[in-house]
Amino acid sequence: MTATLDEQDLQQGFEDVIAADQRIEPRDWMPEAYRKTLVRQIAQHAHSEIIGMQPEGNWILRAPSLRRKAILLAKVQDEAGHGMYLYAAAETLGVDREELTEKLISGRQKYSSIFNYPTLSYADVGVIGWLVDGAAICNQVPLCRCSYGPYARAMIRICKEESFHQRQGYELLLAMVNGTDAQREMVQESTNRFWWPSLMMFGPPDADSPNTSQSMGWGIKRHTNDELRQRFVDMTVPQAEALGITLPDPDLRWNAERGHYDFSEPDWSELKAVISGSGPCNAQRLAHRRRAHEDGAWVRDAAAAYAAKHGGSR
Amino acid sequence: MSDYTAEGGHGAVPTEGVPTGSGTTKGSWPLYEVFVRGKRGLNHVHVGSIHAADAEMALHNARDLYTRRNEGVSIWVVRAEDITASSPAEKDPFFAPAGDKVYRHPTFYAIPEEVPHL
Ligand SMILES: [Fe+2]
Ligand SMILES: [Fe+2]
Repeated sequence: MTATLDEQDLQQGFEDVIAADQRIEPRDWMPEAYRKTLVRQIAQHAHSEIIGMQPEGNWILRAPSLRRKAILLAKVQDEAGHGMYLYAAAETLGVDREELTEKLISGRQKYSSIFNYPTLSYADVGVIGWLVDGAAICNQVPLCRCSYGPYARAMIRICKEESFHQRQGYELLLAMVNGTDAQREMVQESTNRFWWPSLMMFGPPDADSPNTSQSMGWGIKRHTNDELRQRFVDMTVPQAEALGITLPDPDLRWNAERGHYDFSEPDWSELKAVISGSGPCNAQRLAHRRRAHEDGAWVRDAAAAYAAKHGGSR
Repeated sequence: MSDYTAEGGHGAVPTEGVPTGSGTTKGSWPLYEVFVRGKRGLNHVHVGSIHAADAEMALHNARDLYTRRNEGVSIWVVRAEDITASSPAEKDPFFAPAGDKVYRHPTFYAIPEEVPHL
């Protein structure tokens, strides 16, 4: 009986913190479902950052100039950093990074659908910075106010860095559209490929998002998928106009009544297929991550052995 | 109904059938908490944590992870397990003794407005 009362007390305390828009910290009591939702979300967010290095990493050795190479290297290194901030946040919930990595490479936890598309030209580096990091910014800025303190703080660090990602991408595209016809064509072709997958990054339509209301009730999520998608489209259209390229949606137009752009529905069956493993690069991305992890095992072991021998880690 | 959503900043991921961990640790490298002094004149502030084989590596990794853009002039790392914390909950009877001592604050004392420099 007392145990139940205690539990009610704890639950009430948790809800009071959420209602006051304060932050839950790692050693606070929290409902098991809240903890599980956060572990799943933060872990898969971290995996996305880590896998997200691959599409652009593909072009580092073929960057067209030293300047572009240094920029791309810094951008990809940031994504590794984002993964590390997020694994650290996940670990405050009582999970182990090693275990999360295992769940990623065994395919039991996933990463964002967008990274299962290939990067076929250098224009993709620009378009990813512009659209993919742009969509990530729309998703991530509200997470800076997430009710779980360590996640919110990680997101603040990440968002500061994302602005560089988007601007370097857009600047690359500006250089290309002011170049030759062939370069302009590369930008258009890349935009055609990445536009729909970028819209899918916001997830299924609200009517198909059963978890959204619980996540919003807990102060984890602040806006629905459709709200964020609309925000992204509204921000992106004038940027495309400034580049002089066409977004591949014949029904995209300003709706004065709504004060927003109307746009077509993405192909949700494609999102479903890509998430469940049939995207163009799923197998390749996972195999690469597994290889990197396994090839690095001797380095981790050697460092641990060195530390043990020299008493560094007791 | 769909079993995936946009949770996680980089977009759509599944929400159903995703295991969330056993809570057991098997990490080969210990965890270090990282504190950074942003610039001269400021305290070191906790910024996050990092895994490393030893303290030396923790410092190097912390530099690469937390100060890529001149965010710090000095870093401390300390083994997470060496930290002693007050108690599990943030609202804590441990801090109750300070709760009723309003006379420790300058605003407790009413001073006539015409008295200068107080
Ligand atoms: Fe990122
Ligand atoms: Fe990014």
